[in-house]
Amino acid sequence: MNSARLIGIVGTYGVVVALAALVLFGFLRYERFLGFFNVMSVLRYNSMFALVALGMCFVIMTGGIDLSVGSVAALGSVASALASPHGIAAGVAAGVGAGLAAGLINALLVTRANLMPFIATLATMLAASGSALLLAGNQSVSVSYDSGFTAIGQGNFWIFPIPAVIALVAYVVGSVVLNYTSTGRTVLAIGGGEDASRLMGLRTDRIKFLVYVASGCLAGLAGVVLASQFGAGQPIEGVGWELSAIAAVVVGGTLLTGGSGSVMTTLAGVLLLGILFNILNFENGLGWISLSAYWQSVIRGLFLLVVVLLQARLTGRRGSWPATTSGP
Amino acid sequence: MITQPDQAALLLDMRDIQKRFAGIPALAGASLQVLPGEVHALIGQNGGGKSTLIKVLTGYHRRDGGQVLFEQRPFEVGSPHEAQVSGISTIYQEINLVPLRSVTENICLGREKRRRGLLDWSAMHAEAERLLSRFSIRIDVRRPLGDFNTATQQMVAIARAIGFSARLVIMDEPTSSLDEREVSVLFSVVRQLKAEGVSVLFVSHKLDELYEVCDRVTIMRDGHTVRSAAMSDIGKLELVAAMLGRDVAVVDGHATAFGARDRSRIGDVLFTAQGLSAGQSVRNVTFDVRRGEIASFAGLLGAGRTETARLVFGADRLKAGEMTMERASYHPERAADAIAAGMGFCTEDRKAEGIVPEMTVAENITLALLPKISRNGILNEDRQREIVARFIRDLGIKCSGPNQKVRELSGGNQQKVLLARWLAMNPKLLILDEPTRGIDVGAKGEIQRLILKLADDGLGVLMISSEIEEVMEGADRIFVLREGVSVAELEGQAANVEDVLAAMAHGGSPVEAAA
Ligand SMILES: Nc1ncnc2c1ncn2[C@@H]1O[C@H](COP(=O)(O)OP(=O)(O)OP(=O)(O)O)[C@@H](O)[C@H]1O
Ligand SMILES: [Mg+2]
Repeated sequence: MNSARLIGIVGTYGVVVALAALVLFGFLRYERFLGFFNVMSVLRYNSMFALVALGMCFVIMTGGIDLSVGSVAALGSVASALASPHGIAAGVAAGVGAGLAAGLINALLVTRANLMPFIATLATMLAASGSALLLAGNQSVSVSYDSGFTAIGQGNFWIFPIPAVIALVAYVVGSVVLNYTSTGRTVLAIGGGEDASRLMGLRTDRIKFLVYVASGCLAGLAGVVLASQFGAGQPIEGVGWELSAIAAVVVGGTLLTGGSGSVMTTLAGVLLLGILFNILNFENGLGWISLSAYWQSVIRGLFLLVVVLLQARLTGRRGSWPATTSGP
Repeated sequence: MITQPDQAALLLDMRDIQKRFAGIPALAGASLQVLPGEVHALIGQNGGGKSTLIKVLTGYHRRDGGQVLFEQRPFEVGSPHEAQVSGISTIYQEINLVPLRSVTENICLGREKRRRGLLDWSAMHAEAERLLSRFSIRIDVRRPLGDFNTATQQMVAIARAIGFSARLVIMDEPTSSLDEREVSVLFSVVRQLKAEGVSVLFVSHKLDELYEVCDRVTIMRDGHTVRSAAMSDIGKLELVAAMLGRDVAVVDGHATAFGARDRSRIGDVLFTAQGLSAGQSVRNVTFDVRRGEIASFAGLLGAGRTETARLVFGADRLKAGEMTMERASYHPERAADAIAAGMGFCTEDRKAEGIVPEMTVAENITLALLPKISRNGILNEDRQREIVARFIRDLGIKCSGPNQKVRELSGGNQQKVLLARWLAMNPKLLILDEPTRGIDVGAKGEIQRLILKLADDGLGVLMISSEIEEVMEGADRIFVLREGVSVAELEGQAANVEDVLAAMAHGGSPVEAAA
């Protein structure tokens, strides 16, 4: 293995290194950081973001963006809460269905109406947010506790939180799709040059369509988890989720302009953001200093910047660093 | 005067094709008939409509009128994907692949190998290597395509197109970035395809190539077909005359438009480079350019010509060596330093390094000039219009007007826009890397005459060209490079081709520093 290759790998997996460093820091500093309860609750809580970021990752790899994921998740949570009295299946179907509808609208706007993804998904974001408030009657909608719906968000599979298991399965599937199917490789080709891909005879519109639909469904699923976990459909949740998702994707080494990226490092990006948040809470708990939510935001922003700059430096590229290892 | 081959035997029959862009006709009555198992040349001036005809055929553009029969059946495809599935495989002009992705993906996407439903990467890498080995290319197919030079990328594009077992393979100017060795490899593959009964549609501005491999030719002018004939029935002059729409008598037989030069106009030394080196591709290059002189690098692909030019222009870092510009020592850190010192660099890869496709012709021409034609940050639009109009006229840029997007121009016209940008800067030393690549014979002459005139006006020109005639007839002095070392310095018009070719292939010891 030559050094260029090694640096490429460090660049790609830099987020994993940063994650490990953060975990070590937490372990050394806080007594209960690696305790069973804390670990499980971090995993449970961040599963929603992981699902949203997975969809975002695929959209970004095609060179697009999906700004609607946050409000689609909110809409999904309201829809699933409303359907929850009819059982788990109904709740899940309603939430994912709402996401599917939003995803279809995005897909049609982007591939048929040829709107820029930024504009198309911005419109859907506003529409989904309004629909969520309308459906919910401007307040949160309590879920049914009798139908077993809350198990999705609150239950365990053996000792693991069910939402975390769902997210993990989704990432494994996503990773296989990206690396071992023509759909996945076409996603990357489109991001690397849409016109060229079309001239190469690839079905660019079909793949883009799929990607926006998938992102919508995953956001809907995240909404189901949200409602189930907190016992209510939350029409005003999800604000800013799209930005966290973009941050996780970018920290995970995916090129923001598309054409290069990785699924599993996106998961690492999600965990990095989640654990940073967790550590700041611990820090407040220690009582030395008290960080307001605003300061927490500032610190998270700075940390992200440091990780991104570090990776850019390592791979010798400015601003972004494509994961140049192209496929297995 | 279109000869009609036997109807029933045709593989492809396109008739009276019409295509307008925003009301302006790009194709107006174009027709094309290709027989099974023949190599068919498609030629015409820049902007004549060749690439558009191809893109209409493969469903990238929707035609406005006309009929297409493929294998005697009406051919209606909505996308390049469908064309490929129906047996037409295309290499588009300007290498339309994805540089970020691996060579394997660029070759195999669209006909992946699978095992139990999932991609079989080792089989795909092997397939990519196998296809490239037909062109005697050995590279690490796992690396991103963008890591390789233009010629290799072109070969990858060709390998991709051959890999689909098609009945018609279309090649839109495949040879413009290849050297002679690679061209001959390509031709042997073309002949092999022909032997297998596959038809090849071949676009090129290099007429000699056409006589070498093509059976028949179709000539287009201003969007319509003017003639179609067997290659053996039409002479080169006749071909050129039909292309340009002029009389044979008017078209003279010179290979280039560079005439004999009045060498007394050549002035004092403008630029010198001594022992330049930077890594493997440039190891020891020494040369100089005088005012009013056309100096030229000759060498095979990979001799380090472009790489040397990039060093001179500050685009790459120098490891060792000295340069002077107008007798002052010159150490460019970046391209801006070179521009400040009075240099211009017209790159060979216009797509990646020059043209801004989404901007207009006017914007592209005046991009680097903006500070000079603005006062207090405000653009002097009259001045801009005047400059743009002059270059559109002088270089014969075929466009609907200064406000057309460069993306919409034909390949050759994009090259002219790029050249205009640098000329507009009024440089003292102009580096031209393959200035007439992909340019039709008419415009080529115009550009060569322009280069000559610029030199006569005192500009120092460093010209890199893979066309030996251009170097032989155009250059006042020729520096031959081989494997990153300058091996010979020859007097331009006095040298003979054999000497230059011999030096390129196995030249002797490095030249001593010229005084
Ligand atoms: N997408 C487009 N929009 C508008 N005009 C276009 C577009 N594509 C091509 N044209 C115009 O159609 C004409 C024919 O262009 P085309 O690219 O087919 O020429 P060509 O014969 O391939 O030339 P070259 O030898 O330079 O490649 C040109 O005048 C060009 O400006
Ligand atoms: Mg063309």
